[in-house]
Amino acid sequence: MSKRVIVIGGGVAGMQTAATLAGLGIHPVIIEKGDRLGGKLLNWHKLFPTFTPAGEVLDTLRRQLKDVEIMTNTEVKRIEQSGVVLNDGRLLVSDAVVVCSGFDIFRAEIKEEYGYGIYDNVYTTVDIERMLNEGKVHTADGHIPERIAFLHCVGSRDEKVGQKHCSRVCCITGVKQAMELKELFPQSEIYNFYMDIRMFGPGYEEMYRQAQEEFNIHFIRGRISEASETIDKRVQIKAEDTLIGRPLKMTVDMLILIVGMKAGASNDRFAENRGIELYPSHFIRPRNQFVDNICSSAGNIFYAGTVTAPKNVGESLNEGVAAALRVSKYLED
Amino acid sequence: MKRNSWQEYQKEIADDHYFYVRSCIRQNFFPGSEAAFLNILRNDLGRDVGEEARHTSCTGIGYHSDIVPLETIMTVVARQFAMMTEAGYEHFTSSCITSFGIYSEILETWKEFPETEERTREYLYKATGREFKKPKSLAHTSDIIFHHREQIGKQAVRPLVNVETGEPLKVVEHIGCHYAKLFPKSGIGGSEFPYVLAGMIESWGGEVVDYPERRHCCGFGFRNYLVQANRGYSIANSQKKLESMAPYKPDFIVANCPGCTMFLDKWQYAIAEMEGTTYGPDGQGIPVLSYEEMAGLVLGYDPWELGMQMHQVAVEPLLDKMGVRYDPAAKYLARNGKYIGQPEEAAVNLRCTSQPIIRKL
Repeated sequence: MSKRVIVIGGGVAGMQTAATLAGLGIHPVIIEKGDRLGGKLLNWHKLFPTFTPAGEVLDTLRRQLKDVEIMTNTEVKRIEQSGVVLNDGRLLVSDAVVVCSGFDIFRAEIKEEYGYGIYDNVYTTVDIERMLNEGKVHTADGHIPERIAFLHCVGSRDEKVGQKHCSRVCCITGVKQAMELKELFPQSEIYNFYMDIRMFGPGYEEMYRQAQEEFNIHFIRGRISEASETIDKRVQIKAEDTLIGRPLKMTVDMLILIVGMKAGASNDRFAENRGIELYPSHFIRPRNQFVDNICSSAGNIFYAGTVTAPKNVGESLNEGVAAALRVSKYLED
Repeated sequence: MKRNSWQEYQKEIADDHYFYVRSCIRQNFFPGSEAAFLNILRNDLGRDVGEEARHTSCTGIGYHSDIVPLETIMTVVARQFAMMTEAGYEHFTSSCITSFGIYSEILETWKEFPETEERTREYLYKATGREFKKPKSLAHTSDIIFHHREQIGKQAVRPLVNVETGEPLKVVEHIGCHYAKLFPKSGIGGSEFPYVLAGMIESWGGEVVDYPERRHCCGFGFRNYLVQANRGYSIANSQKKLESMAPYKPDFIVANCPGCTMFLDKWQYAIAEMEGTTYGPDGQGIPVLSYEEMAGLVLGYDPWELGMQMHQVAVEPLLDKMGVRYDPAAKYLARNGKYIGQPEEAAVNLRCTSQPIIRKL
């Protein structure tokens, strides 16, 4: 009888882990709290830097899940050595657990000075992906935006909101969305306000240059200090252009907040298991950041994807494969 | 406005038995406001408010101007707390926003650095022989009016409604910077979307105006007006706000800080005289009220009893909109009937100073 492994979370890392385990002859069970698999990518339009539709990646992963048991609308309460306890109290016994529960999106409302949820034309990058998916990008009253501002690092590298870490992928997301909107609205002016632009991945830096040289997107080094609504429901923003050392005030039709990654809320619960440790950021700390970065201190608990740190889709998929191979090795031993 | 966040910023406000400390400057500029607060609390709401004539300035203006050292202001504040303790009160309330910021800052400093509290106790005892307990609660007086806003609403004689159109009055609320920008947790609604005045306006039938420069400082900022050469900065800040709010055609401005109320009112006069610009309808100014004056009008107080004749921008257009009955001839008469003088005619009080003084002087 094949060994049973519980995979917590049905996002890209969880799907990849489960598919790889199944290919190795192991019986994986994905436990997903939502009603379908796909995680955050379900609401994403296209992926940087290739503009690949997110749905294509999900379709490929779904096709590999034929021999995988899937439990949706099910949430894990805690992780034990013998398996996992569900919210309804049931214990699911397993030989190993792979935690792929991902991250939470930073709630932009917490940065009150930007008025998200209060002003009609303040959006997040998540809203823009949804609007791009629906093919309806416009201002709240249905107009084509003439001037758009993106603000980087909302909920990242910000001690004031307890988010000291860099979420890594937001910079390139902001560049990608700026290019997508410029393609949709060639006449519009687009401004990206940033404190640093961090282009860590292959092709990212090239894309950043392309955004400036070919798409004429303006990058302004300075954080927006506050946003207010004007009488015609546009958004007045105040910032400082730190490169020329001048304060700046402008009115835009859309302000888009590039929201960061927050540690998953379930991490604290999982860390009640003594084998699972957390970073101060509340992301899960692996046993060793180099040679065991998908392993916990408890022998039969493993990790993949953004549960341990902000990562892009490619890195999460790779960790899914790596975690499955480590589980296989553990079960053989 | 969709204010979602204010409910996350609540603070404990005592329901009764307040120890009240006054502002240094309000009694000159808006002399009826502090009396109105006491009357409303004691007579309309039946609450107990204690006072101590020997309390002093908190020395906040000196502190923010670098002429009063931290140790000194801490000892002065400790003396105020000692008076509260001696009078048998535990809930401290301050009429001034600067003082409220000072009390908040010092209590927080004592919490973070207990040795500073110990030192202050020693200084106070050596200087005066007094000892003190820290207040159980600290509130600005606008917090207290906010706390009782529903009860005031029930007793309202004149809601914030235009009696001719039946429409809610459009009100700009301006919050003093030291109310919640120092410690967002110490203000109702936090620092970005404070609700302390907005809550009163909504409860009493008015409509809050949000405008792009809502959060901007009124220009009071201590160095801006204490140093004469800097006063241009002060008026420029007020002007920026007035320019920004004018398109919304507000019926009046309400503020919870002595300085903000004064500067938003008096700089309107200065701008009108310097540039000929006024921000209200028909070449008039926008009346500026303290929250006690607003509450007093709602409760049916006489505007001259509230001290509204001391405003630079004439309040009569607002009184007419609210349907407030007032005696124009009594505007510049003191309570003893003596003529107190009146300002020169100016753009912001035109048609309101020319009323004949009927009574014998």
